[in-house]
Amino acid sequence: MFYNEEFETLPREALKALQLKRLQQVMQRVYHTVGFYKKSFDAAQIKPSDIKSMNDLKKLPFITRKDMSDNYPYGMFSVPMGSIVRLHASSGTTGRSAVFGYTRHDIETWSDLVARCLVAAGITKNDIIHNAFSYGLFTGGLGLHYGAEKIDASVIPISGGNAKRQLMILRDFGPTVICCTPSYALHLAQEAKTMGMDLKSFKLRVGIFGAEPWSKAMREEIEKTFSITALDIYGLSEVIGPGIAIECIEAHNGMHIFEDHFIVETINPQTGEVLPEGQEGELVFTSLSREAIPLIRYRSGDISRLITEPCRCGRTHIKMERALKRSDDMLIISGVNIFPAQIEAILVEIEGLEPRYQIIVDKAGALDALELQVEVSDKIFSDSGSVKELQKIEQRIVKDMQDYLGVEPRVKLVGPNTLKAGDKVIDKRRM
Amino acid sequence: MKVEQISVFLENKPGTLQQATRVLMDANINIRTLSVAETADFGILRLIVNDVEKANTVLKENGFQVSKTPVVAVEVPDKPGGLHSVMEAVSREGVNVEYVYAFVEKSGENAVIIFRFDNPEKAIEILTKKNFTVVPGKKLYEF
Repeated sequence: MFYNEEFETLPREALKALQLKRLQQVMQRVYHTVGFYKKSFDAAQIKPSDIKSMNDLKKLPFITRKDMSDNYPYGMFSVPMGSIVRLHASSGTTGRSAVFGYTRHDIETWSDLVARCLVAAGITKNDIIHNAFSYGLFTGGLGLHYGAEKIDASVIPISGGNAKRQLMILRDFGPTVICCTPSYALHLAQEAKTMGMDLKSFKLRVGIFGAEPWSKAMREEIEKTFSITALDIYGLSEVIGPGIAIECIEAHNGMHIFEDHFIVETINPQTGEVLPEGQEGELVFTSLSREAIPLIRYRSGDISRLITEPCRCGRTHIKMERALKRSDDMLIISGVNIFPAQIEAILVEIEGLEPRYQIIVDKAGALDALELQVEVSDKIFSDSGSVKELQKIEQRIVKDMQDYLGVEPRVKLVGPNTLKAGDKVIDKRRM
Repeated sequence: MKVEQISVFLENKPGTLQQATRVLMDANINIRTLSVAETADFGILRLIVNDVEKANTVLKENGFQVSKTPVVAVEVPDKPGGLHSVMEAVSREGVNVEYVYAFVEKSGENAVIIFRFDNPEKAIEILTKKNFTVVPGKKLYEF
C-alpha cells in the first residue's frame, strides 16, 4: 500500500532528476537567505549555479551538529519568524542545544512523510494508534501524531511514562498499533507480566519503533511478546523528525529513505570521502523540501549501510540498515540524545563542583539507566562536610540533568582522584 | 570552646573505611571517638583524634577528601537523663542538633557527648550559662 504511489514508485532516473532540480532550487534559496550558507559556500568557492549534476554535490561543505548549536537559536533559519508555526529543539543548555523551526508547509510535508510511513506499515484509517513517543520539544510524539491524523486513523496521544496506565489503555481502548522506543516496549512487556496481563490477548498487530538503536534479538522478543509485526522508523530532528525512512511491512527488512525529499550519502567519517552505495559509513542527509531550515549535507553521526537492491513492496527508494553505531560520542539514553559535553556543561555551572566525572550507561531491566559518578571536590567538602550538603549537591545534579537534558541520572559521589581522566563514558549495554 | 572534628568522605565500597583507619594507625594517631554517617552512595567518617592537624595532613596525603568541622563537646553524668538535660536546654532556645555521638570517660563516671549544632556559638553560650561542662578541644584531644 502507498500513501503517495506516484512519488514512492517513481523510476530511479526520474527520482534522480527530481532530486537535482530540487537541490538546485534549495541551493539558490539558502545562499540568498541564510548567512551561514553564504559564508560557507563562498569559503568553498561554490556558487549555487555550479551545481550542474548530482556529482557536484560532493563539492559542498558538510554541516555538523556543532554548526547547528553555533547558530543557536535561529541562525540557520531561512525564513522570517512570521512564517514559522512550530519550534522543536534538542536537549541541552544554551549553546549546546539546537532549535528546529517549521513553516506551515513544513508541517504539511512532515505529516505527509509520516503518513507514508504509516501506510507502508500497513496502517489504515480503521486503526487505533497508541502513540507513546514523548510529546513536546522532542519531535517523536507530535510527528507521529500529525501523520496519524493525516491518514484519518484514531490517535491516542498517551506520550511517554506511566506504564501501568499505558497498559490499562492498551487493554481497554483496543489500539491496533503501538509507537514508542523499543526499550519502552520491552519495559511495558515486563510491567504487563508483573501485572498478570497477557499482551497477546490485546488487539495490537503492528508496532512502530524508533529513536534508539535496537538489536535483532530485541525485535524478535517484542514481536513474540506482543504478537505483532515490529517495524523500524528513522528520523533526525535536525532534518525534519521521524519520517525520513520506514521499513515496509512487505519486506520487513531495511528502511526506505524518501528520496524525493532527502538525498542520502554515505561517507567515511574520518576523511569525509563519499563511499559507494552499499558500503558502511556515516549517513549524510540533504533536505530538499524543507522551508524553515533546509540542511545541505548534514552529518547525522549515524553509521549504517545503504541497500540498493529493489524491494518487493514496489517502492523505488533506496533503503538503509538500522543504525547501530555512531561516528561521534553521542549517547542515546531511552531515546534521548545526549553528548558528554552537555553533561560537563551542567556540572561546570554548579558552584564548587569540579567537572571530574564518569558516565556509566547500563540496562536496568528493559530501560536504559544512566549513572553519573562525580568526584567530591575540596571546595564542596570543606564548606560542609555534612551528609545534608552533599545530598543537596546530588539532588541539584539530578534536577539540572532532568531540566536541561530530559534524563534522570543516578548520581554517585566518589572520592578525589578516583576517576581516570580518559574514560568519560562506559557503555555496558549490549546491542 | 569549640572542638575540631575531622570529617572524611568515604565512598561506599568495601575497604574504604579500613584504608582510612590504617592511615591513622600508621601515623600513630589515636581516635578518641568516632561515628559514621551513611547514605546509599557514600558515608562520612567523623573523628575526634588526639592530633587534629596531623590526622588532617596524613589523610589528605593519602588521597582522602577531608574537612575540619567545629563541634561542641559536653560532659554529663553517665546516668539516665544526662543527654536529655542538654537537649532540653538548647532546643528551648531554638538551636538545632544536626548530629550527635558520645563516649564514656575512662573514670566511668561521666559521658562526653559530641554535638554538631547549626549554631555552635549560641549553643556554647546557652550551655555555659546553664552551668553545663563544655569541654574545650585541647582537653578533649588529651583525654
